[in-house]
Amino acid sequence: MSETQGIAEEQSSTEISSQKTITLKIAKYNPDHDSSSQFASFTVPYERWTTVLDAILDVKKHLDHSVAVRYSCRQASCGSCGMKINGRPRLACFTKISELNSDVVTVEPMNNYPIVRDLVVDMGKLITNHKKMMPYVVRDDSEITTDTKEFAQTPEQLEEYIQFANCIKCGLCNSACPTMATDSSFLGPQALAQAYRYVADNRDKGKDKRLKIIDESHGIWRCHFAGSCSQVCPKGVDPAMGIQLLRGYLLGFKK
Amino acid sequence: MKRSENKEGIKGMANPGRYGIERVAYWLMRITGLGLLAYFIGHIYETSSILNGREAWDEMLKMTQTTEGHILLTLVIGMCVFHTANGIRVMLGHGGIGVGKPARPDYPYIPASQNMKHKLCIYASIGLAALAMMYGLSVLFGE
Repeated sequence: MSETQGIAEEQSSTEISSQKTITLKIAKYNPDHDSSSQFASFTVPYERWTTVLDAILDVKKHLDHSVAVRYSCRQASCGSCGMKINGRPRLACFTKISELNSDVVTVEPMNNYPIVRDLVVDMGKLITNHKKMMPYVVRDDSEITTDTKEFAQTPEQLEEYIQFANCIKCGLCNSACPTMATDSSFLGPQALAQAYRYVADNRDKGKDKRLKIIDESHGIWRCHFAGSCSQVCPKGVDPAMGIQLLRGYLLGFKK
Repeated sequence: MKRSENKEGIKGMANPGRYGIERVAYWLMRITGLGLLAYFIGHIYETSSILNGREAWDEMLKMTQTTEGHILLTLVIGMCVFHTANGIRVMLGHGGIGVGKPARPDYPYIPASQNMKHKLCIYASIGLAALAMMYGLSVLFGE
């Protein structure tokens, strides 16, 4: 017990060597016990390279270990640490405190998802909607079948969809979407952008099926092109563009 | 387990400042659409007064000859011009026109769908609406 305390104190004193500090306000909410969210404020030291996730983990290690946060890769690849930082959906591991230009950093769970606890939200609906889009190449034949040629593509054919294949399912786009804010049944920009990713893939033969899935009242026609989804995407996917191009297929402008 | 949906709802739309001019345009489009719908209903009520005779019609028209009536009509002009101009931009975008081409994104990621053409169209829509309102004001209060 004493050893553990000693290690914790040593790590704490190393990190508090920074001269600069910010006030980190973390939304605390347990749906099982609390009626509403409350902010807990912490003073956290930071350096030029400190990310918001580093600051949250600093609080968790030294000040309040009850803070619930989800993270994994810490390099903007897994999409686990999506949250609202100073009012905008961002990845905590990809957002440096020094870039926020604010003495107060507020972190909240992403909007438009059920809160599990504190900063952790339930991504179940996002994954369900993603699966609805049949996120795989639909073919009658297979690359691994004997006597079948491999599904070769030209660089130009790859360019048609590769941008949309960068999606890490972080869900920031759904959190920023004003339609998602009011319509619980809307498929959301993430799922629709994924539908475009496969529709635009020249190897895929499932275009008609996918277009049928999205061509409904709570599907693609609910998007009003506010573009917030594309502005918050940490991987440059541009779901707003994918949705409008997908509409081009449905309206007959694209074949 | 009890879970809050944590939806932003109308409150989220009422704060258009966080996501740039495109979100402002989205917000204005909704507000002007609702405003024009309200005017359309009012206009039907106004014109239906003719069924009660000329005197009732003249009485109703007097309402639009007041300062408040002129301001309301000026707002209607602005809403109509913005909704039309921005609506054309949005309709073209919905057809996949002017939203850019898919390409490998380079950091810092600037969404091609939020390009300068769209931004210019939004500013032009706001500018046209302002000009139309100024013209409307000069005609209504000019005499």
